[in-house]
Amino acid sequence: MNSRAGETKDVETLQSVPPDPFAGVDFAELELSLYRPRTFMSLLLSWIVSGMTFFALIPLFAVLWMLIWRGGKKLSLALFTQLPPAPLEQGGGFGNAIVGTLIMVGIATLITVPLGVLTAVFLVQWKDSHLAQAVRFSAKVLTGFPSILAGVFAYSVVVLTTGGYSAIAGAIALSILMLPTIILTSENAIDMVPAKMKEASIGIGATSTQTVWMVLLPTAMPGILTGVMLAIARAAGETAPLLFTALFSNYWLVTHGRADVMQPTASLAVLIYNFSGMPFANQVELAWAAALVLVLMVLITNLIGQSFSRRQVQQ
Amino acid sequence: MATGMAPNANPNAGSANPAMPSAQPSDDVVIDCNIKELYYGTFKAVRDTRIPIKKNAITAFIGPSGCGKSTVLRCLNRMNDLVRGFRFSGHVKYRGKDIYHPTIDPVAVRRYIGMVFQQPNPFATSIFNNVAFGLRVNNYKGNKTEKVEQALKRSALWDEVKDKLQNSGLSLSGGQQQRLCIARAIATDPEVLLMDEPCSALDPIATRKIEELMVELKERFTIAIVTHNLQQAQRVADKTGFLYVDTTQGGRTGYLVEFGDSKEMFENPKEKHTREYIRGEFS
Repeated sequence: MNSRAGETKDVETLQSVPPDPFAGVDFAELELSLYRPRTFMSLLLSWIVSGMTFFALIPLFAVLWMLIWRGGKKLSLALFTQLPPAPLEQGGGFGNAIVGTLIMVGIATLITVPLGVLTAVFLVQWKDSHLAQAVRFSAKVLTGFPSILAGVFAYSVVVLTTGGYSAIAGAIALSILMLPTIILTSENAIDMVPAKMKEASIGIGATSTQTVWMVLLPTAMPGILTGVMLAIARAAGETAPLLFTALFSNYWLVTHGRADVMQPTASLAVLIYNFSGMPFANQVELAWAAALVLVLMVLITNLIGQSFSRRQVQQ
Repeated sequence: MATGMAPNANPNAGSANPAMPSAQPSDDVVIDCNIKELYYGTFKAVRDTRIPIKKNAITAFIGPSGCGKSTVLRCLNRMNDLVRGFRFSGHVKYRGKDIYHPTIDPVAVRRYIGMVFQQPNPFATSIFNNVAFGLRVNNYKGNKTEKVEQALKRSALWDEVKDKLQNSGLSLSGGQQQRLCIARAIATDPEVLLMDEPCSALDPIATRKIEELMVELKERFTIAIVTHNLQQAQRVADKTGFLYVDTTQGGRTGYLVEFGDSKEMFENPKEKHTREYIRGEFS
């Protein structure tokens, strides 16, 4: 004891010149304490946020679970190869509806991608022109466009003039829904290309056309493809625009290697709509299975889109 | 534009004149840059700046931030055309031809007078395609592989990338990216290379490499460089122009204070502003 006291004294005399750096620091304040309102609020809010996130996920997983539960047991290869059954008939599938959906979404993509991407180039190059502002505003309004109106429009413009329901009419209705998404996401993607890359291109003596084709579009490609995938995913799930335009069909669209796009065409969405209301157990089960297949198709498309956008981030 | 039109309104501008070349530019001047007044919209950015860029030499522009040295450099290959509201009076003559004449195609000008930027800006494509880009935009018909190799060798990057020409240009380090950008700029054999603070985003070792490269490149090209690094100008530049900001007329207008041989300017600056800046008496 004596020796320790002596040590302390020595140290004190040594340290008497510089002031104690920890003087006035209350180390109790460093301890975590729920009695402090700040800490308590922070913890409470974390709990509220986690809880809300959990509740928000319930509907999503409930729907998925129900689809897998009710649609999964019917899932078989026959669904993809057979035609829809007549009432009271057993078995059957919806192969023609899958093909119809793919073909109509495919045609719609062929129409909207060139149109949408080139419009986006225009919007970026002539950012502040009146025309660009008008186009951008219209595209934004159209993204919230009720999809049934796209169907009504295509009905009056295509179905009435060509004289019948057809895959083309359905594709055009879907195009109206896809176009604004593609324009706006592509514009965003092209706009995100660093200005320094554009400068580099101009600085070496490239014309603006060369800059667009050789620098802007290739660099923005992952972002543009993400937008295209999102638009495709949305269009694949649409029912309302197809009710007035492609209607439905119990037969294959492609026969003897030729696709007749001018005849009524089946789609998964309309099949679900039709079959789910029928009083026959087989049809209702098929509707569930079709819903599951459609959701999986949309999910895969979304995942492909996400993988593109991840590639853009890595750049 | 109402006031401040007289070139000698500021005493510093008048006294700077003896340091500037008074006679007609001689034959080895590739670019004769003579900016009387340069505006971005209503903002007067630069005035009274005359700098002759000599063939196969390195001309450096130094000066404090905001003095307009980059602006002047960007005038030399019409990069300022991209800036809305840009206009200037005076002339920029490339081999005696005014590049701002209405019949001149700015795209063609930039093919003779290439530019390397502050931030390394390779495209998001392979190393090979980055260098070949200039050849493609020029519709070059010859052997691209040979040209790319030559440009990469001249920019002292070949040994580091020859085995990975198909890798992304963005996978390189900052210094390598900048040398890639230099290779891209020289692949099309321009006569002049403009470099806008090419080392400011690089570490000292990469900076040293670029500086050595510039000294090598001046054998073949004419180089104009903007730098805020005085030692860099001292090390590499044959001629140096010092620009300074004039706040006396309300705005922040840059102008040329002194121009001459680098050695002379750093050892024995004539103007008070130059002396103060070189000694670090203001920033």
